[in-house]
Amino acid sequence: MNVVVCMKQVPESVTISGVPQGTASVRPQGKMVINPFDMYALEEGIRLKERYGGRVTAISMGPAEAEEALKEAIALGIGEAVLVCDPILEHSDTLATSYVLARCIERLERPDIVICGRQATDGDTGQVAPQLAEQLGLPFLSYVSRIEDISDGRLTAQRLVDEGHQVVQVSLPAVISVVKEINEPRLPSLRGLMQAKKAEIPRWTAPDLGLDVSKVGLDGSPTRVVNVFVPQRSQQGQMLEGSPESQVDQLLEKLRDAKVI
Amino acid sequence: MNEVWIFAEQKDGKLRGVSHELATEGRRLADSLETGLAAVCLGHNVQGVDQLVALGVDRVYLLEDPVLADHNEDVYTTCLVDLVRQHSPQVLLAGATTLGRSFIPRVAARLETGLAANCTGLEIDPQTRSLLQTRPCYGGTLMATVVCPEKRPQVATVRPHVFKKGPSDASRQGEIVRVDFDSSSVTSSTRLIDVIEDMGEKVKLEEADIIVCGGRGLGSPKNFDMLSELAEILGAALGSSRPPVDDGWVPYAYQVGQTGKTVSPKVYFACGISGAPQHLAGMQTSDIVVAINEDPKAPIFDIATYGIVGDLFKIVPLLTARLRQANA
Ligand SMILES: Cc1cc2nc3c(=O)[nH]c(=O)nc-3n(C[C@H](O)[C@H](O)[C@H](O)COP(=O)(O)OP(=O)(O)OC[C@H]3O[C@@H](n4cnc5c(N)ncnc54)[C@H](O)[C@@H]3O)c2cc1C
Ligand SMILES: Nc1ncnc2c1ncn2[C@@H]1O[C@H](COP(=O)(O)O)[C@@H](O)[C@H]1O
Repeated sequence: MNVVVCMKQVPESVTISGVPQGTASVRPQGKMVINPFDMYALEEGIRLKERYGGRVTAISMGPAEAEEALKEAIALGIGEAVLVCDPILEHSDTLATSYVLARCIERLERPDIVICGRQATDGDTGQVAPQLAEQLGLPFLSYVSRIEDISDGRLTAQRLVDEGHQVVQVSLPAVISVVKEINEPRLPSLRGLMQAKKAEIPRWTAPDLGLDVSKVGLDGSPTRVVNVFVPQRSQQGQMLEGSPESQVDQLLEKLRDAKVI
Repeated sequence: MNEVWIFAEQKDGKLRGVSHELATEGRRLADSLETGLAAVCLGHNVQGVDQLVALGVDRVYLLEDPVLADHNEDVYTTCLVDLVRQHSPQVLLAGATTLGRSFIPRVAARLETGLAANCTGLEIDPQTRSLLQTRPCYGGTLMATVVCPEKRPQVATVRPHVFKKGPSDASRQGEIVRVDFDSSSVTSSTRLIDVIEDMGEKVKLEEADIIVCGGRGLGSPKNFDMLSELAEILGAALGSSRPPVDDGWVPYAYQVGQTGKTVSPKVYFACGISGAPQHLAGMQTSDIVVAINEDPKAPIFDIATYGIVGDLFKIVPLLTARLRQANA
């Protein structure tokens, strides 16, 4: 089994005060962490390796600092890692990002499964995984909550959908995105931490991957962010005062007036 | 002028609520662009497509086949991409449902165009005539407005329940175009094996008009029973913030927020929930938010329509009792 996990480094939080109204780009300060959803993707990749043997490689596209995140992945038990890093890739949207990740994956030993997190907590789009599948010409399964079986070149998995769960079968190789329900990520081991310390993370640039530069970065991205702002609360809220009985009665009256109950 | 399109999602032959919402919103956008509005509907034995016309759609492209009954994303992607290539709409909107968020990104990628996820605001820029797509990011702490200046169509998934279904006019004229579908020409590498409706008979979060949501303030799993009672009498769905899910009190399917489900009901009861940005990200577009929390400084009160500072163990049973009295 050959597994690739796509992971991204994201800010742990954004401080709203640092974002003036009407700016087109956000520069969140503070600690950078592995996108929380990618922790589940990494864990699942490591479990697949433990169960079926083979290799698991983490890849990330990002600035030089993202190397730290990849080292954290190695500390968890990911065997190898690659950082795709080139200033020309800055400001890539999901289409451009998925193009770059696809070309990167094509450089690696052909994977059976590519695992992504459900979404990254910065852009919150959840688009890279399905678009990556498209760019690789592979099938895609979103919101996977359990891998049930892998055999005869097929993956059987449970996925979370609006109605509950589905059991779906997909032919391999395939791209999947995973939700939190799938596992409980482990902590790094001492041995892992040692390995991470020594690890040399290869850095691939746009020329290394033979990228078409018209398809990456700001110029290669069909979308533009034109404004970023702090959401305004449209309605002024009302506190209901008095005894609990009176609070409840006022509330019910409001809801009845609004014809919602 | 190139049309505005909506993808009208159906489930078991019934149009989803978001399809009606998109018809209304699509009409508004088409009017401001002075162009027509078309809907694409894929399914089998689909009921109520006239409803789309009554809401403002000029033309419905209807593809019906047993193969299209389930949401096979490979097949859906191929069908929608083919239609877009034939007719070149300038805008394509779809609901940000499980289906929409899974296959629309592939449609956009195959068409090599831009896509804005989970939009909560859409406007036409009066100068450029392009679509201004506003959406939450960073767990809802920020909103971003995205445009797709050159590539067409401009594609967006739209958060269900945010736009309201408008009045329908049964006398409105529209055209239902039956598009041939040759099932032998499409292949799929995925197969649906089983559906597990594990939320049982309970009201589904995504579809509920009223949601009763509990947080860490509930203190223990059995106290969810108290919320269940309130939910039942209101005909509401039950939800949870993240800590009760993490502690195993309720299944993950109940979780509302950045990591869980995005909801936008008519009324949202937040009981014992502090209102962290990640939670707000999943519910702040609800019409009415009722917050019950003993801490007057809890951030949930900043977005609450009606706030009750108090002990939820007093307020919730009282609420249930009053509703019971009223129903009796
Ligand atoms: C990447 C990421 C993703 C996340 N995704 C989500 C998500 O999807 N959904 C989500 O909910 N959270 C999410 N979180 C977690 C989020 O940051 C908060 O930790 C969480 O929402 C807090 O849940 P809570 O309000 O139930 O608990 P708390 O913050 O502990 O609040 C409990 C509240 O209950 C009140 N209370 C206690 N007892 C009573 C009583 N008897 N009567 C009345 N009030 C009482 C307290 O005053 C307090 O305000 C995420 C975090 C991260 C980092
Ligand atoms: N720059 C990136 N490098 C590697 N993987 C990424 C990158 N951006 C997104 N991904 C993957 O795609 C998933 C969804 O991200 P997004 O579409 O940005 O919400 C993430 O959880 C990652 O698995």
